[in-house]
Amino acid sequence: MLTVADLGIVREVKFDGDQPTVVITPTYSGCPAMNEIEQNILQKLKAEGVENAKVKTVLHPAWTTDWMTEEGKRKLKEYGIAPPEGSSADKSVLFGKPKQVQCPHCGSKNTQMVSQFGSTACKALHKCLDCQEPFDYFKCI
Amino acid sequence: MEYTLRLGDNALILGQRLAEWCGHGPILEQDIALSNIALDHLGQARMLMNYAAKQKEDGSTEDDIAFKRDIFDYHNLLLVERENGDWGKTVMRQFLFDTYNYFFYTQLLKSKDAKLRDIAHKAIKEITYHAQWSAEWVIRLGDGTEESHQRVQDSLNDLWEYTGEMFTMDAVDEKMVAEGIGVDLNPIKDLWYEKVAEILDMATLQQPEDGWMQSGGKQGEHSEYLGYVLAEMQHLPRMYPEASW
Repeated sequence: MLTVADLGIVREVKFDGDQPTVVITPTYSGCPAMNEIEQNILQKLKAEGVENAKVKTVLHPAWTTDWMTEEGKRKLKEYGIAPPEGSSADKSVLFGKPKQVQCPHCGSKNTQMVSQFGSTACKALHKCLDCQEPFDYFKCI
Repeated sequence: MEYTLRLGDNALILGQRLAEWCGHGPILEQDIALSNIALDHLGQARMLMNYAAKQKEDGSTEDDIAFKRDIFDYHNLLLVERENGDWGKTVMRQFLFDTYNYFFYTQLLKSKDAKLRDIAHKAIKEITYHAQWSAEWVIRLGDGTEESHQRVQDSLNDLWEYTGEMFTMDAVDEKMVAEGIGVDLNPIKDLWYEKVAEILDMATLQQPEDGWMQSGGKQGEHSEYLGYVLAEMQHLPRMYPEASW
């Protein structure tokens, strides 16, 4: 299972005495899952016997795919979503040079971007020119 | 607070406009693209309105700011409330605004206001994608068929008089710039003209002559379009004030 920690959404857990505060940050400004993520964290902690936990959302520093763990990238790929390639510091993609993204289904690098905007804000839509399957690519930001 | 509202209102009204396309895009991928962009704008609007609500210091929430203000209290640019028109017009409006927004937020990264700076760091990543998307579409349509070229040229001619307002500094802008919080619009104007000229040239489109420019949006004087946008957007929370899900 891909976790919010794998994605780098959980930034840190702070303790004030025995009260934990889980600090999270949104991937995209309009991410509709933030509320759900917050509720799930609180529920999970409650189920584990932590009743007094708090969740705090911070904007800065802005989330980047660089924070995604290797484990997280592997899980994404297994699920059929191509993980972000390389570092967010490489802005070439923003100037019309799409990265060569590997197809998560057959492993081919002979792929093409269909649209920079996919089924959710954080993904782009690609297709594989070898196995012909469409796939989501987790945008590198 | 008014400065924060201006930024938030641009994002909210443009996001609402783009959301009208949801389910009506010319092809599925572009329907999704516009909905994505609309969502980014709405996300930015929420961050800004949340901040504006706090600055108000009267217990207001972001929802109060979005749903309980009338036309004259909205401070968005006239450009973002213009009607969607055809695909070409929506793309052209987006291009003219995105290019401005990109240069604006790049400067806002240096704001002395920590909250605006944080929001800018978040937003600029999204805005960069928007600016690239709309520029590509302007080129595709301008340098496309005779029909697409003509339509997008007509849209450009129609919308040009709404671009002047983006760079007009009023007392609020001057004050915010003096305090190191806001963005000086003069250098933004030069960058915008340079970039727009470059893209229009690639798109084989004719840049209109600068003539008389519309103004007033930032100060709360709007076109009749904004009333319809707000009517649709605010209908539910105004009819059923306690509604929640």
